[in-house]
Amino acid sequence: MTTTEMMTLKTEPFVLNFGPVHPSTHGVYRMRVTLDGEVVIDLEPVVGYLHRGIEKLTEERTYGGVIPLTDRLDYISPMSNNLAYCLAVEKLAGIKVPERAEYLRVIMAELQRLANHCIAVGSLFSDSGAAFTPFMYMFREREKIVDLFEMVCGQRLTYNYMRIGGVSQDIPDEFLPALSKFLVTMPRFIDELDFFLKENEIFLARAKGVGILSKEVAINCGMSGPVARASGINRDLRKADPYSVYDRFEFDIPTCETGDCYDRYRVRIEEMRQSLRILEQASKDIPQGSVKADVPHLIRPPSGEAYGHLEAPKGELGFYIVSDNSIAPYRCHIRPTSLINLSALRDMIKGWKVADLIIIFGSIDITMGEVDR
Amino acid sequence: MTVPELVISNVSMAYTPPDWPGGYWWHWLFFSVVLIGFMLTMVIIAIYIERRGLGRMQSRLGPNRTGPFGVLQMVADVIKVLLKENIVPDKADKLVHWLAPIVAFVPVALIFAVIPFQNGALLADLNIGILFIVAVSSLTTLGVFMAGWGSSNKYSLLGAMRNVAAVVSYEIPLALSIVGTLLVAGTMSLNGIVIAQDIPFILVQPLGFLIFFIAGCAEINRSPFDLMEADSEIVAGFHTEYSGMKFALFYLVEYAEAIAISAIITSLFLGGWRGPLLPPWLWFIVKTLIVFFVMVWTRVTLPRVRIDQLMALAWKFLLPLALINLFITAIQVLAWDNAVNWIAVVVNIVVMVVLILIWSKFFKLGWGRLEV
Repeated sequence: MTTTEMMTLKTEPFVLNFGPVHPSTHGVYRMRVTLDGEVVIDLEPVVGYLHRGIEKLTEERTYGGVIPLTDRLDYISPMSNNLAYCLAVEKLAGIKVPERAEYLRVIMAELQRLANHCIAVGSLFSDSGAAFTPFMYMFREREKIVDLFEMVCGQRLTYNYMRIGGVSQDIPDEFLPALSKFLVTMPRFIDELDFFLKENEIFLARAKGVGILSKEVAINCGMSGPVARASGINRDLRKADPYSVYDRFEFDIPTCETGDCYDRYRVRIEEMRQSLRILEQASKDIPQGSVKADVPHLIRPPSGEAYGHLEAPKGELGFYIVSDNSIAPYRCHIRPTSLINLSALRDMIKGWKVADLIIIFGSIDITMGEVDR
Repeated sequence: MTVPELVISNVSMAYTPPDWPGGYWWHWLFFSVVLIGFMLTMVIIAIYIERRGLGRMQSRLGPNRTGPFGVLQMVADVIKVLLKENIVPDKADKLVHWLAPIVAFVPVALIFAVIPFQNGALLADLNIGILFIVAVSSLTTLGVFMAGWGSSNKYSLLGAMRNVAAVVSYEIPLALSIVGTLLVAGTMSLNGIVIAQDIPFILVQPLGFLIFFIAGCAEINRSPFDLMEADSEIVAGFHTEYSGMKFALFYLVEYAEAIAISAIITSLFLGGWRGPLLPPWLWFIVKTLIVFFVMVWTRVTLPRVRIDQLMALAWKFLLPLALINLFITAIQVLAWDNAVNWIAVVVNIVVMVVLILIWSKFFKLGWGRLEV
């Protein structure tokens, strides 16, 4: 006799590897996902496919020679990495940076934030399946920022622009007019983009309430940047521990309450607007003068240790440097934003479906170069 | 516009147009060759339109190197894909893996048999034409599922399962939205439906058109319902493990399906081959390509929905609306002698707007988290 129990299909969860080669793992990240049909019941992250030993490599280079390596950390935003490292070394060696250089650094860091958020929002939509269209439009705008960077340092991806005690060279004459032109077009683009994406019914259904990161989990995992601010943590190092000349500018820190994918998108768009505000003020107030302090080519900081951190586009980026009074760092530890922001991934994803896994992962905005170092 | 009289109820399966020289076999041979040529050419045109249109809408150029305006790009791609090595995974179910593209391809080719290019110009004017299409078109799913199962790849299996789920759900609103049209036209023959369209049925049956378009897009997995090959989620879905000619067949199926749905929409709702000035077959092709272009447009604009949202849309949104549409149409057909009139157009558009407003107010796509 057939009973209902006998007729029920036996199902079992299965393990699926997302990555390391997968279109939307933003590099070579690997997730061993246990699936029950479409539902994710467990996730185990595997990192290390892009490990290049940058922390070890720094020990064999001069202090100035480390800067090109930092470009390769978070290759979406190398300017911020340059700056974070320079801040740490300057703190260690007690170097005072000229005014003009500080302003240039702020301008570059904020432009970098805009460029990074362009990619972050673009790839979030590309992950949610919008056939690459927002991605291409974002890249069109990012291209303008990259053109500005090319103007100042000749590079389009690995800028290597900051130096210990300043920046490598002064900006050309045509930079500031080009920047002010950019400051006119960019807000319009952001408004247009936000108008199209903010209330897109499918995007709302896909992102609103999905992948909620609670405030407690965010704090416990040490999350920072837009991901933490979307969960309601009002912490931005530009305000909490002002470095460079950030205390002279007027800007707000956007925060949201829910901490879902949609909030992360909103926070990024608002941050782009705030960055534009800072850029406007900085390009107006920029003083004349030298752009590099009088620093020897091979500096020998006094023995000791220093931790320099800043608000990188993805969150708090820190460099911890130990010096033994030689020309190379004794030890350099990097506090990577992306890796630490990934730590709550499992909590956020459990119970959601495969499609949500991709969009949640995309909304964290990581770069594998920084995760694996 | 004068339309020749056709007594639709007398149309038999062996119907030959009166002005056609030769007998049944000539007709059969000629149209078989024409249909295969038409399908392959249209697929190449469709891929060209899709890639160029996608490019222009995404602020890039699209293929523009091979031949003038890149028109030869598809030819180059076809040659490339034919010359590629055929790779079969070690653990694949060889027979199923080999059969799948064929099983997927044949039903799509069959659909074109009943689509009229001109008055009476079709391979077989079945008096159950649209029923034949509904029956045959869903067979493609079998091929897709065979591909997913036979590949022995988890991504393929996920894609195939999604496809089966989607097609099973969307068949129902799809079929129900056609029934309204059939009631108004009074025939199931596609040629007869075209002849009945003194007013294009997109105006007489606006809600039916909308449901058919959405369900059709979901049925053939066009974005925003392209879950079975969601490239950002499950790599390439069911054809992850296919290469060479077999992959080309799946690619062909995908676009042939899109063209088939466009052609069905053209015949059912847009007046088919009817139109002023241009020759009828050209009208038919132009309308088909316009419908296909709308599909390209939605693909480039919208993000993808999730699988549970896809199901919710079918069962909570499209199915009730299709039933209500069918009910209203039935009353209209009973009440009026000729349901194809301008009062019906106004009434049905108002009904569509009201219904969609009501449903969009109460219908929300869920959050969909499960406790694990």
